[in-house]
Formats: sequence, C-alpha cells, structure tokens
Amino acid sequence: MEHTVKAFDEELDAMTAELSRMGGLAEAEVADAILAIAGSDLALAASVIARDSRLDALERDIERRAIRLFALRQPVADDLRHTVAAMKISSNLERIGDLAKNIAKRAAVIVEAEPVTPLTSSIERMGDLVTARLKTVLDALTSREVEAAISVWMNDHEIDEHYDTIFRELLTYMMGDPRTIAACAHLLFVAKNLERIGDHATNIAEILHYEITGVELTDERPKSDALAPAEA
Amino acid sequence: MSLLDAEAPARPLTHVASLDAARVKLAVENLDFYYGKTHALKGVSLGFEAQAVTALIGPSGCGKSTLLRTLNRMYSLYPGQRATGRIMLGDENLLAPGLDLSKLRARIGMVFQKPTPFPMSIYDNVAFGVRLYETLNRSDLDARVEESLRRAAIWDEVKDKLKTSALSLSGGQQQRLCVARCIAVRPEILLLDEPTSALDPISSAKLEETIAQLKADYTIIIVTHNMGQAARVSKHTAFMYLGELVEFGETEALFTKPVTRRASDYITGRFG
Repeated sequence: MEHTVKAFDEELDAMTAELSRMGGLAEAEVADAILAIAGSDLALAASVIARDSRLDALERDIERRAIRLFALRQPVADDLRHTVAAMKISSNLERIGDLAKNIAKRAAVIVEAEPVTPLTSSIERMGDLVTARLKTVLDALTSREVEAAISVWMNDHEIDEHYDTIFRELLTYMMGDPRTIAACAHLLFVAKNLERIGDHATNIAEILHYEITGVELTDERPKSDALAPAEA
Repeated sequence: MSLLDAEAPARPLTHVASLDAARVKLAVENLDFYYGKTHALKGVSLGFEAQAVTALIGPSGCGKSTLLRTLNRMYSLYPGQRATGRIMLGDENLLAPGLDLSKLRARIGMVFQKPTPFPMSIYDNVAFGVRLYETLNRSDLDARVEESLRRAAIWDEVKDKLKTSALSLSGGQQQRLCVARCIAVRPEILLLDEPTSALDPISSAKLEETIAQLKADYTIIIVTHNMGQAARVSKHTAFMYLGELVEFGETEALFTKPVTRRASDYITGRFG
C-alpha cells in the first residue's frame, strides 16, 4: 500500500533503486577482479580499480537520502527498518568494492610473477563461490526472499573452508619454492579479501533478515575457524 | 507499488499483548460502548500498567477518546450512552451501577484537548478540587498547591503571580495548570485527551516532560494524534480502528515491528 504522502514513496523508492544499482556494480567489480586474476587480464584489473569510486559516491548518496528521510519523514516500522537497512547495506557494499579493488591491484604482481603458481584456479573456484553468495543475497534484496538470505547466512562456513584450503596450499608452495613467495603472499591476500567479501555478504543477509522480519539473526551459525591461531 | 509490498506473510488481524497481571492498574474487559444505536467500542479488552504511560492512537472516530471517557464514566453525563463489560480498578468494577462518580473522578483525573482553566486565580484553580474533597488548613493547602504546580512543571513560571487570573497564562501554561489542578486531588490515574494538540512545540515538549516526571507516581493514559508523541512518552501503545482494539503492545515494538498490517499501515502513513 502506498503512503498517503506520495513524495515519501518516491524518496524510499529512489533510495531502493540506488541500492540495487550499487549492488549490481559491487557484484560486477568482484566478478571482474576474479576474472582479472584468473585470466591474467590487466586491463580488466585497471577497470575494476577505476570503477570503485562510483561505489563510494553511491554510498554517500544513499547515506544522504537516508538522513534526509530520518529528518523529514521520521520513518517508523517497515519504513524505519528499510531505511536503516539501506544505509547499512550500502556501507557493506562499499567495503566489498574496496576489497575487489584491492584484489585487482594485486593482479599485476601475481600475473607477472615467475614461476607461475597453478593456484589461480583454486582462487577462481573460491571467487566463484563468493560471487554466487553475493548474487544470492543481492537477489534476495530485490525479491525480499528471506529464505535466500538465511541460506547465505547459514553457508558462510563453506567460504571459510575454501580459504583454509588455499592457505595450506600456498604454504606448501612457498616452502617448496621460495621464488613464489611474493606471488603467493599476494594470493593469500586475495583469498583473505574474498573471505571478507563473503563476510560482508553474510552481514547483508543478516541486515536483510532484520529488515524483512524485524527479528535479528543471533543464533550461532556453523563456523570454520581452523586457522584462528594463524590469523591472530 | 512499493518494494515493501512484495513481502506478504500472513499477519494476524489483531494482536493484543498481555501484561503481567501484578502490574496492571486498570483492566478493561470486553468493553462495548454505544452512543444511542452507534456501536462505538467493540469488545475492547486491555490492561493499563501502573506507573507507566499508555498511548491510545488511531484515526479520528476509532474510539480512542470514547475509551478514555469510559474510564472515568464521563459518558454518564449524557443520556443515551451506555457501556457494557467491566473496567476493573483493583477489585472494583467502575461500570457498576451506584458507583460514587464524584469519588471516582477524584481517583481518575482528566485533562482535555483544550485548556480549561476556571475563571479564577491560578492558586484557586489548583485549590478548587482539593477544597471539594478535603478540608485542609491554610498552610497545608498552600503546600498542596505548590507541590501540584511543581509536579506539573509550572511552579517557576507562576510562583510570583499565584493571585492573578489563570486566563492570563499562555495556552501551554494553562494546560500544565490543568494538569496541576488534576493532580492536586491526588488521583491514581491520569487521563489525557490530546493534551498538546492546541500547544506550540515548546509547550508540547514541556508537557511531555511533565508526563515523564509524573509517570513515576501515576498511571497515565494519553490519547494522541501525534504518533511521534505516542512513541516518545509511552511505554505501551494501543492502536484502535473502527471501535476495535487492533494492536496493543510495547511502544518500541509497535513502532519498529508492528504485528498487524493495519497498525503498520497506520503508523507508517499508508492508511487507505
């Protein structure tokens, strides 16, 4: 049902549209950053880096719109949760963009390293999983399907497991051939960035769940922290 | 069509949270009210918590003011109006025939939408009710007047002109004077019927602060059209529509995640 004050609907819808746009851009940035590494495509990496400023601008824009809504419309109930969620989700998307940009920046070093490590395919698999999670949660943002958000939230451990595997593989390579250390260290950061993008996708799932249901997701979910001491 | 409409889980038509019985000061049970043939309240049941503020909200004609006027039997002044059900204050049914209405209204005070100062001095306005119910000596009466004016947060503004006419006060001051007059007889329950609708924002804020101070000692029930005010001052909120209690619960929950679609549409400004 529409608001009696039509301008309220227009402002909420405009903010929602900006958020969808932001989601699309962030998803594309992540996918392209992974492609750049996997396909040794430095031009694509440069494009990811150049595109990131658009996400920053969109985040500021959504924040301005949300503040305006709070100040002028005093949203409550569904509108309140929607506005708060838009603000928080845009901030997570902006971080995802930063991480994608960071991955892209490492492409040059990894691509030009000799000897080439065959690990880019592991990274690519992990990247595909992260991209799929991100896509699921961003689709849920549009379709308002809370079950999809919950599935992302529940399955974050799969990404963690991939990260653990890549970490061990990279250690093996570095020990086997010290010339690979520089490239492997960069790949390790790439994997870590992907893992954090997965965390942001999980955050978005939590925020979306609260927005739609009004209930926070607080139960313990499956976690993989086999590497906890190593990360510390 | 907003994106928010896409989410459509089945929501209950009504939702009335139950309160801890030990904390209920006033219990409305299955209350029906009629203005002649008009059925203005339909089977309303809810509790009002002691030493807390309960807000009644809803569109015009929903029955919220009627409910408030039932609680102190204000309707008994008018022929053709009748109520069925029970309103329990302790173990006493306020709807019982033969109830002493004068005593009832000393226990349940009311402040109206428009300030209603009597055309007499500020002091006499506050002392008026006290003189009806009690016989106090001069110094005790002075103390009661001062205490009431202080509690209504207007003492500092009127202490040097207690003998001047109450009609010389501003609207906001008159309304707080009416609160002082009301609490001077030491009621247990305060009914406020849109008490700030005729006041400017600063006077409204002062009255809201007065309400916040008073709730430590009184059970307060406020009818308001100002949803922000309901959210600011109350612990519980009841949303009424067409004579029915649609949703009742903690104010914070009602304004962040209302259970019923009708309450949600109303508070978000989507009412059809």
